[in-house]
Amino acid sequence: MMRLERRENVPLTVVAAAPLAAILAALVLAAGLIAAAGVNPLAAYGQMLKGALGSRLSVTEMLTRATPLILTGLAAAVAFRARLWNIGGEGQFFVGALVTAWIGHSLGLPGPLGIAVLMVCGMAAGALLLAGPAFVKLRFGVDEVVTTLLLNFIVILFVGMMIEGPLRDPLAFGWPQSVPVDKAYRLPDLIAGTRLHVGLLVAIAAAGVVWLVLARTVFGVETRAAGLNARAAAFAGISLPRTIMGVALLSGALAGLAGSIEVMGVTGGVTTTMSPGFGYAGIVVAMLAALHPAGVVAAAVFVATVFVGADAMSRATGVPSFIADVIVALSLLTMLVALLFTTYRIRR
Amino acid sequence: MTDALEILLNTSLWAAVLRIATPLIFGVLGEVLCERAGVLNLGIEGIMTMGAMAGWLTVFLGGDLWTGLAVAAASGALIGLLHAMLTVPLGLSQHVSGLGITLFASALSYYLYRLIVVVGETPPTIVAFQPVPIPLLSEIPFLGAILFTQTPPTYLALIAVAVLAYVLARTPLGLAIRMAGESPQAVEAQGLDPIAIRIGAVVVGSALMGVGGAFLTTAAFNSFFPEMVQGRGWICIALVVFSGWRPGKALLGALLFAFFDAYQLRLQTVIEGVPYQIFLMAPYVLSIVALIAVSRRAEVPEALMAPYRRGER
Repeated sequence: MMRLERRENVPLTVVAAAPLAAILAALVLAAGLIAAAGVNPLAAYGQMLKGALGSRLSVTEMLTRATPLILTGLAAAVAFRARLWNIGGEGQFFVGALVTAWIGHSLGLPGPLGIAVLMVCGMAAGALLLAGPAFVKLRFGVDEVVTTLLLNFIVILFVGMMIEGPLRDPLAFGWPQSVPVDKAYRLPDLIAGTRLHVGLLVAIAAAGVVWLVLARTVFGVETRAAGLNARAAAFAGISLPRTIMGVALLSGALAGLAGSIEVMGVTGGVTTTMSPGFGYAGIVVAMLAALHPAGVVAAAVFVATVFVGADAMSRATGVPSFIADVIVALSLLTMLVALLFTTYRIRR
Repeated sequence: MTDALEILLNTSLWAAVLRIATPLIFGVLGEVLCERAGVLNLGIEGIMTMGAMAGWLTVFLGGDLWTGLAVAAASGALIGLLHAMLTVPLGLSQHVSGLGITLFASALSYYLYRLIVVVGETPPTIVAFQPVPIPLLSEIPFLGAILFTQTPPTYLALIAVAVLAYVLARTPLGLAIRMAGESPQAVEAQGLDPIAIRIGAVVVGSALMGVGGAFLTTAAFNSFFPEMVQGRGWICIALVVFSGWRPGKALLGALLFAFFDAYQLRLQTVIEGVPYQIFLMAPYVLSIVALIAVSRRAEVPEALMAPYRRGER
């Protein structure tokens, strides 16, 4: 009979191979669906690669898309490490975006300073939004999955209310859109003539900071302990409520920063359709990265490649672009299975 | 203000309550069944989406409405089986697997819909379930128009509440399911297989969720479009906690929630000067408040979310 046996030491090659195997498996499974559309899967995947990486412009588009994904991915990774199930990245993204557009519309500060202030405002908004569910979890034992999920719907409605009401852009010809941030606070382009902005560097720097915090500080050790075994951590003198609240503030801030940067770097103002599910895709990014900050950057590039590539492939072949969402969701499920084999091995 | 109260006397409000509650009743029953056996099923939102799509598509392609519901149940069961395989024998994180299932089932539904159906300016429609008045009973003043002039799936939902309540509380099978959620070791000691029981509960529970989704496209509306489940699955997760994992109370919770939903919709036309989004937010806010209110006395199944591996403690 087959059974699972816990691995004593996990070799690094196994850890690195897991996401690659998961992605490959997801692509093989999705190939069946592409074939069902009457298109050769290999040709379709070729079109996807070309669409996302085939030219300088497409690479910059892909990286523009990856920027918020890095941050929402970090938000999920930080929280999941401590077993805080923050599924509210989408809502935190939107409050970060809304606060940035609102304050950034008429902030009397010079450019770089104003940008920094707006990023902090966006982070604060995201952090506060997650502090609520974290508090309710700690105080009343209410599961944060449901509260963060429901808050996503509340926030989107709130954004809709604001951009049709007090924050409506009078120059948008009736299109529901918030007032834009002041031109002084638009993030500079990284490469002239493309949409790629310096937000990408901020996101990568954030990954570095999160990595340092998790690997090199007491707080980082405490979050890992809280996630691995909450009771043992409490016994060792770690204050669980303080750790969980700290994790919540950090996680919410990262997702809020994603929204703030997206407004200043890409959209200028806020619309209810500005996020194609950045918050939810962040969860996939975090899992594909095995919750490691450095892995998050790579995983975000993969997810962005699938999304941008699928749009181009859809235009060329007629395969519905929802195939991107299918591939990304499948890779989350296959990654879960792959992770199992990094901690267990099969014994007969 | 009197207008706001007058709405309460209107039979159309109360008939709408039962209609709005129907998908929630199926969903919350399905989730109760899964969680009573020890498995959190966050795939519910995606499974309801899949049921909505599969049920509608079956009718659109020429099947009758009941075949549509059956296909919705089968597709829900199939996706539930995937969640069950990942979380029960493999013991993977029920949180992450469930979310993955929701993302996957939603994306697959939209993909298949776009692949098979040519969508023009407006989504294509089908002839949906019509209200079937029950002879004699439907002629009772006031109550008849509310309780006994509904579409057939609504009657089915009410029957399902009674069946599940009876099976869980009064049958050996129900005892085994509840034990699998409280102490799988005890199930094993009885010579039963907790793994098989958990898989079975998740599959049947997911089939119910699929039917709940199909109600949206074959009775409440007559077309399918992306994002149409609108968090109803997540509301069901909250309702399960609110109900204390009991089918009877789950029905009550679904009706209460549906009442507020139907009432806010009508209040929008009476109360002016308040943005309509405030009304739409109310049901979600209410769910969070209800969760906090019942948290003190929540009797969570002991082994919920705890994977069971033989010989591993």
